[in-house]
Amino acid sequence: MSKKQNVKEKTQSLTRRQLLKGSAAGAATLAIPVGTADASVWQAFFQKHFNELDKDEMARVIERLEKEYKKDYGVDFNIETSDAKPDVLFGYGLDLSRCIGCRRCVYGCVRENNQSRDPQNHWIQVLRFKKGETWVHDLEGSEKYYEPETVPEEGYFYMPVQCQQCENPPCVRACPVRATWKEPDGIVVVDYNWCIGCRFCMAACPYGARHFNWSKPQIAKEEINPDTHYLGNRPRFKGVVEKCTFCIQRVRRDPGTYPACVEVCPVGARKFGNLLDPKSEIRYCIDNKRVFRLKEDLHTSPKFYYFFAT
Amino acid sequence: MKKITLFSLLFLVITSFLLSLNSNVHGEDPIPKFVVPPPPFSEDIFPCSDCHEDMEADPTRRELEEHTEIAEGFDHAKEQRWCLDCHNPDDRDKLRLVNGNLISFDESYMLCGQCHGTIFRDWKAGVHGKRTGEWDGKKLYRLCVHCHNPHQPRFKPMPPMPPPDKPKLIQQNKWKEDEIPRNPLGNIQ
Ligand code: HEC
Ligand code: HEC
Ligand code: HEC
Ligand code: HEC
Repeated sequence: MSKKQNVKEKTQSLTRRQLLKGSAAGAATLAIPVGTADASVWQAFFQKHFNELDKDEMARVIERLEKEYKKDYGVDFNIETSDAKPDVLFGYGLDLSRCIGCRRCVYGCVRENNQSRDPQNHWIQVLRFKKGETWVHDLEGSEKYYEPETVPEEGYFYMPVQCQQCENPPCVRACPVRATWKEPDGIVVVDYNWCIGCRFCMAACPYGARHFNWSKPQIAKEEINPDTHYLGNRPRFKGVVEKCTFCIQRVRRDPGTYPACVEVCPVGARKFGNLLDPKSEIRYCIDNKRVFRLKEDLHTSPKFYYFFAT
Repeated sequence: MKKITLFSLLFLVITSFLLSLNSNVHGEDPIPKFVVPPPPFSEDIFPCSDCHEDMEADPTRRELEEHTEIAEGFDHAKEQRWCLDCHNPDDRDKLRLVNGNLISFDESYMLCGQCHGTIFRDWKAGVHGKRTGEWDGKKLYRLCVHCHNPHQPRFKPMPPMPPPDKPKLIQQNKWKEDEIPRNPLGNIQ
């Protein structure tokens, strides 16, 4: 979706701007104590939607955010705003016959994407199933707190679940202020400066892939990843929703690097690439392996494919 | 002028002949060289020729005085196979394929690929094993032996990273474990 198109659609619905101008504005203004509020609080409060910002406005927003993050976390941040690459639609593959449930991906993701350590937010959940159980339609029968000496365990298999980057994402439709949308390369993103924290999207997601920041994310200074994207791993605020973005800050580089979970997986179960490129490994998986997607009957059309290589 | 065309024709014929020779080395499809990290040798073992240069190769199956762990633990189709089915007797710094061709240790995937054809095909496509780097650019492969010990190839179990924190109410003992809704995909935090 082009930015223009996004803007047009936005004007037809109730925007956050209208919401603020109307009833909410009075109360919200009161909430900022006049004496202490510096200019940046007001700038943040009246920042436009990401897709409405022109180049200069964008530069100013980024400058302000980098300054705020520096103050908050004591680290120099770089916040990219790179657009989707042309002719790219990202897809992901996960080989369930290789995954051993070691959770290296979970923590690799936390580290790359600046998830809060306390309270803890994990964008990847690794579910454990007994072999032979009916499971694809009964994910409830799984266990995510398993803690054996070593993995894999005899008689079990493991299924990591994260944002499935649906082509038809119910979360996007649930958002009353368009703080979340699908980018042209297929990544579903959140503007953390626009999100009002209503959590409708979390209720709408059939995969439990969206997570809420109940308080300000706590991350040790040494563990901050300062290479960020506006729509990805920049630190979130208290009261906003976050989710996997296929590591948008990595995959949109030129050339693009693999997502952190792909890089860290010790068994090579995680595959990533461009669905529009017939020579990509994700296309190889779809063409040569029997792939399936989670909860296909909901017609969310995920771009996250599971398969058994053997 | 005529001489030049004749010459270039000859050149073409010769190069294509040489090229076809080269592709015959690896069967029908020439296998490109894949970029890999250095082979995972243990310290001070390579070059093998440091010790082996003046040693007589001994193909008999036996207890070894050197490399004892490898020989005792050897478990890779062990009834049919022994050291010199893969290692080259004359120059120990090389591996040897069934057809007699010698390869270096950073190409050991070709050795494995002789018997594990389908997996090798997947590996080349980046689907078995692992590639890192750039999804639309340069890629770094992992050798089979980065994940599988060639002498004992079954993938080794490893300790998992810690499970996620349980929801706060359970941690504070306000809820019994079996009272929480069984919905691991619903975010019960
Ligand atoms: C299936 C083929 C195969 C067979 C059979 C085999 N090897 Fe190896 N061996 C390899 C490969 C491949 C490597 C290279 C591993 C690497 O790159 O680190 C290797 C590595 C070694 C090394 C170096 C190990 C180190 O510590 O880094 C020694 C020593 C060795 N082999 C000895 C033996 C002996 C002794 C036997 C017989 C008991 C044997 N090999 C049988 C394929 C084989
Ligand atoms: C420290 C010296 C030393 C080094 C270094 C060394 N070897 Fe050996 N290797 C020996 C000795 C000694 C034997 C004979 C043991 C016996 O006969 O009991 C042997 C035996 C072997 C054998 C059994 C077959 C034969 O010819 O006896 C293989 C295969 C082998 N080595 C492979 C390797 C490879 C591959 C490397 C390098 C990765 C290597 N060795 C490095 C000392 C060494
Ligand atoms: C000459 C044929 C041959 C070559 C060369 C060969 N293998 Fe094997 N491999 C076998 C056979 C046969 C089996 C099945 C029997 C067994 O498990 O012992 C096997 C089994 C395996 C297994 C499964 C082990 C298990 O228990 O699950 C792995 C992994 C493996 N090989 C990896 C490799 C790697 C890595 C290489 C290259 C260093 C290699 N193989 C080279 C024949 C070969
Ligand atoms: C990134 C790590 C990695 C690399 C690199 C890798 N493998 Fe594997 N391989 C695995 C894992 C994990 C399994 C599944 C082990 C299990 O189920 O316990 C596996 C399984 C196998 C098996 C057993 C049969 C099967 O399908 O489960 C064979 C044979 C095998 N690999 C051969 C190879 C060969 C040959 C190469 C190189 C061309 C290679 N592997 C490269 C991780 C790797």
